[in-house]
Amino acid sequence: MNAVVLSTDLAYWAQSLLRVLGGLVAVLLPAGTIVYLFLFKMMSFMQSRLGPMEAGPYGSMQLFAEVGKWLQKEDIYPARADKFLFKIAPIIVLSSTFLLVAVVPFGPDAWFTNFEAGVFYMLAVSSISVLGILIAGWSSANKYSLLGGLRAAGQLIAYELPMVLAVVGVVIQAGTMNMQGIVVAQNAGSIFGWDGLGNPYIFTQFVGFVIFMIAVQAELTQAPFDMPIAESELVSGYMTEYSGFRFLIFFISEFATAGVFSMIASVLFLGGWAVPFSWFGWTNLDDIDNWMNVAGPLILFTKMIVLSFIIMWVRFSYPRFREDQLQRFAWKVLIPVSLVNIMLTAIFKVAF
Amino acid sequence: MIAADLLVAQNIGFTIIAAIMVIGALRVVTTSNVVHAALWLVVVLAGAAAQYVLLAAEFVAITQVLVYIGAVMVLFLFGTMLTRARIGAETDLNNKNWFMGVPVAVLLFATLVIALNDGFGDQRLPSDSPVVSTQQLSDQIFGPYLLPFWALSFVLLAAVIGAIVLSRRD
Repeated sequence: MNAVVLSTDLAYWAQSLLRVLGGLVAVLLPAGTIVYLFLFKMMSFMQSRLGPMEAGPYGSMQLFAEVGKWLQKEDIYPARADKFLFKIAPIIVLSSTFLLVAVVPFGPDAWFTNFEAGVFYMLAVSSISVLGILIAGWSSANKYSLLGGLRAAGQLIAYELPMVLAVVGVVIQAGTMNMQGIVVAQNAGSIFGWDGLGNPYIFTQFVGFVIFMIAVQAELTQAPFDMPIAESELVSGYMTEYSGFRFLIFFISEFATAGVFSMIASVLFLGGWAVPFSWFGWTNLDDIDNWMNVAGPLILFTKMIVLSFIIMWVRFSYPRFREDQLQRFAWKVLIPVSLVNIMLTAIFKVAF
Repeated sequence: MIAADLLVAQNIGFTIIAAIMVIGALRVVTTSNVVHAALWLVVVLAGAAAQYVLLAAEFVAITQVLVYIGAVMVLFLFGTMLTRARIGAETDLNNKNWFMGVPVAVLLFATLVIALNDGFGDQRLPSDSPVVSTQQLSDQIFGPYLLPFWALSFVLLAAVIGAIVLSRRD
């Protein structure tokens, strides 16, 4: 946020406050949009019904009604639960989401942190949520919860590997692990000398993109990868004993993480916040006009909506994997394919 | 006593994190619940990652989080929860050989102190040292240190193959 914020010479505390507020917006706004647009409305239309229509015009205030409902519920926990761990588990899961959003660039100067190893950091903090899910499952003192937690841990570990390996192709092609650097590399690039579209990596890394989106689907435990919360066999998995405010935190973090992962996927594969630099004659990050700090977040948000639409579309369309199919798919299909992808990318990188 | 080039903020940060790590490490061995012990170990490992950040080694810090918190500790918890983790205090967690750990810990501590003192003496970290970028790090690993890197990779490969051989029934 250098140019925008520093041009008005804000104190350090004021900048920090702005960043915290920006982080809250960047986490909660996508979550609310995804829940209303896709979970309430799109799912209903796909099932030939209208969805919420009463609260506000076209049911648009339904979210506030839902949040109000959850907030006034009694805070209950099982008598034999491990109370302290039971209480902090949802917070660990949500904090992983907030740590994730910290490295997403929203514009030439609109970022929270400009990490040298941003992609690597993203992969590291996304694995913290597994810890929270395991704790939630164990501390509930419920067999279904424990089974759900263990399933979730097994699934998340299995699908973290293809995710890491899919991103390696992008890192090799961009030559940097900095998220901002990856955005610049895509939009300043060209396809066989034609720079009208830049070089979004969805073309050259299409295999990586597909593997990344499948892995994201599994990391979010969305159907068809919803074994951990399979409602017909495990009640609600690791979330079974949670209600009221604590369930709300799990719910928010599920959809906020969907939004943040969609943003990360659009940064890695779709060119992120930027437009192809050749459109305005820019060549590097310093040329970019300041208005991109306003337009950038909107462009990124649009791409995020498109990608989370695909995530939700798949979620509402396919039946659940069995546990053995799920593990076999990760270890015997996704990981070998992504390893071949890395090899080919490295060969092409050296050859050209 | 207070030198001009003393890094006050870093030293305060180091002291606070080190205190948290020491308390966490003590709780790992004194707590009466297996899962609590594992979670205290997470606190200690996260503290180590925070210390690496203070030393401007962000790649090592992130690796610490990815490998130890994201993978090793999750496997630990997975294993204990799958087998014997009960909620509440357990009494039979300490076996009768626990005191043998004390001399081993003291010996390890003494070795580390002597080795570090011998190796660095009263050398100080430069207060304005540039952050070592990931690129420099990888240039080192895949350049001068390629052979040790390969050797380590073969050790890991042997372990993976060994695990497959042990777990296959046929």
